Amino acid sequence: MTEPVLSVRNLQVEFASRRGTLRAIDGVSFDIAKGEVLGVVGESGAGKSVTGLAVIGLIDPPGRIAGGEIRLGGMRIDNLPPEEMRRIRGKRIGMIFQDPLTSLNPLYKVGDQIVETIRTHLDLSEQAARRRAIDLLAEVGIPAPERRIDGYPHEFSGGMRQRVVIALAICAEPELIIADEPTTALDVSVQAQIISLIKRLGRDHGTAVMLVTHDMGVIAETSDRVAVMYAGRVAEIGPVQDVVRNPLHPYAKGLMGAIPTLAGDDKRLVQIPGSMPRLSAIPRGCSFNPRCAFAFDRCRVERPEPLSRGTQSVACHLYDTVPAETAA
Amino acid sequence: MLAFTLRRAIQAIGVMIAVGIISFSMFRFAGDPVNQMVGMDTSGAERAAIRKSLGLDDPVIVQFGRYIGNAAQFKFGVSYQFRLPVTNLLMERMPATLELAICATIFAMICGILMGVYSALRRDSWLTHIFQAVSLIGISLPTFLIGILMIYLFSVTLGWLPSFGRGDVVHIGWWTTGLLTLSGLKALIMPSITLGLFQMTLIMRLVRAEMLEVMRTDYIRFARARGLTTRAIHFGHALRNTLVPVITVAGLQFGSVIAFAIITETVFQWPGMGLLFVQAVQNVDIPIMAAYLMMVSLIFVTINLVVDILYTIVDPRLRSTVSRAH
Repeated sequence: MTEPVLSVRNLQVEFASRRGTLRAIDGVSFDIAKGEVLGVVGESGAGKSVTGLAVIGLIDPPGRIAGGEIRLGGMRIDNLPPEEMRRIRGKRIGMIFQDPLTSLNPLYKVGDQIVETIRTHLDLSEQAARRRAIDLLAEVGIPAPERRIDGYPHEFSGGMRQRVVIALAICAEPELIIADEPTTALDVSVQAQIISLIKRLGRDHGTAVMLVTHDMGVIAETSDRVAVMYAGRVAEIGPVQDVVRNPLHPYAKGLMGAIPTLAGDDKRLVQIPGSMPRLSAIPRGCSFNPRCAFAFDRCRVERPEPLSRGTQSVACHLYDTVPAETAA
Repeated sequence: MLAFTLRRAIQAIGVMIAVGIISFSMFRFAGDPVNQMVGMDTSGAERAAIRKSLGLDDPVIVQFGRYIGNAAQFKFGVSYQFRLPVTNLLMERMPATLELAICATIFAMICGILMGVYSALRRDSWLTHIFQAVSLIGISLPTFLIGILMIYLFSVTLGWLPSFGRGDVVHIGWWTTGLLTLSGLKALIMPSITLGLFQMTLIMRLVRAEMLEVMRTDYIRFARARGLTTRAIHFGHALRNTLVPVITVAGLQFGSVIAFAIITETVFQWPGMGLLFVQAVQNVDIPIMAAYLMMVSLIFVTINLVVDILYTIVDPRLRSTVSRAH
């Protein structure tokens, strides 16, 4: 297998606060291969967005990357000086944010914003950059791009603006796109269009995509693999159909059980009791143990490490083949 | 756009008529104008003749109509103390006041924006703390005190700058300018700083607050995610977004700069409209006071109109809402 586009190993992100240091991300590891879409799913506050921001180097103080490694195409990027990291942003990693209505500067024409980004990263003349901008707008499905390029953001609808944002994210042919809840602010019919657009672009350009969302439906439609995050850790990661059909981690089971089916059977949807712990009060051992129906003594003491189970990897003591102290 | 401008212009005329009523009523409240013109020994018949010749025996509404009609042609009558047309007196002194106000505003804008941007981007630098302290002084110390302190320091103690007057001026048509001579420029420094200091601190605080606000927005975060240079983000994207409120405030403040020039002109004996007004108040020279009131209001109203139109140039969103609304 070739080298993954993005490789994150044991990433830790901390936020200094008045009440001490909070660890938002604690030992997250995953890879994304060329052309692959990795869905990252979890509740609010599970650390999905922070992981994305850490990869693109936009964690602002008081937050910081406290440990681990991030490699892009084999090159370590988590400890680069700010100016070198800036050159990577937009050129090798593109990012799409949640709210297209506020992502664009309202005072500049969309074309000027695209041309500015292109010329920051590529050595092109004004005219060449403008032609490229028109091609990009056409590629993301904006009708009459040679006219729309001179429009201001407020003249575009939400879905159209998200297409412009995507055009901005891909304008320098990045190897990796991080999409942070790209469809949350859009209505359902537009969501589907944007999702298929991201999928198509990833396929056509061989771009790796990290798709952060809390919508399992979106993940199931687009992703090749999925990572389920809980309280700053990866609970389970694996090919999307395996994780959806046969989730291993009790939390992942709970999540999949909470997806309504179109068949409309009368079974009540499963609900996971309790809520995710605050960062300042993460329990000892497995962070899910207070809500887990299968928790046993070991879960309350020892933190589970990721274990390989076929195509999936799960961080749960239930799957440890030699349950050492449980018998005792 | 044209309809919008027209509507604003009509509103402006309404405001000017209201100001005209106030300015007209000043003549009534300050006593009988005929008594102020004639001597003690003038007979009743002569007084009545003067009254008739000046049209003072007409109904009030007719007199008011005549007053507004004349004011619209910039005729404000004859000054009691100088025996000269008020319009000539004001026009003679207007260049001095406008030059002072423009220099003070330019000083306030440049220094205020630079200091505001710097203190927003380098929040913990020692220079930021100095700027904050200076702005506190500028906001809390009264103008005349700063002027007097500067005169004491730079004119009396150091002898670098003249303490009063405009220096040598050059006549260009009816306009007189101190910008073309060295002594004129030197004389302009202290009054401009005195007059502009308050505006400068206001603009600095405004730019700082707006800049901090804008730097937190999603489009700045997205601009960073696009890998734009820090310079482009700060000055291309953030600063332009802070300029809309700054233009409003600076524009509206230009009117008060002219109005506040009264104090600065008194301190520095600057031969402008403000000084003329202060002298008029001392001598109960009603025509000058009334005309000054009308002039300053006209300037305020004009500036408001210009600021409204400028908005639409800076912010494209307003451009379309304006044209869509009409």
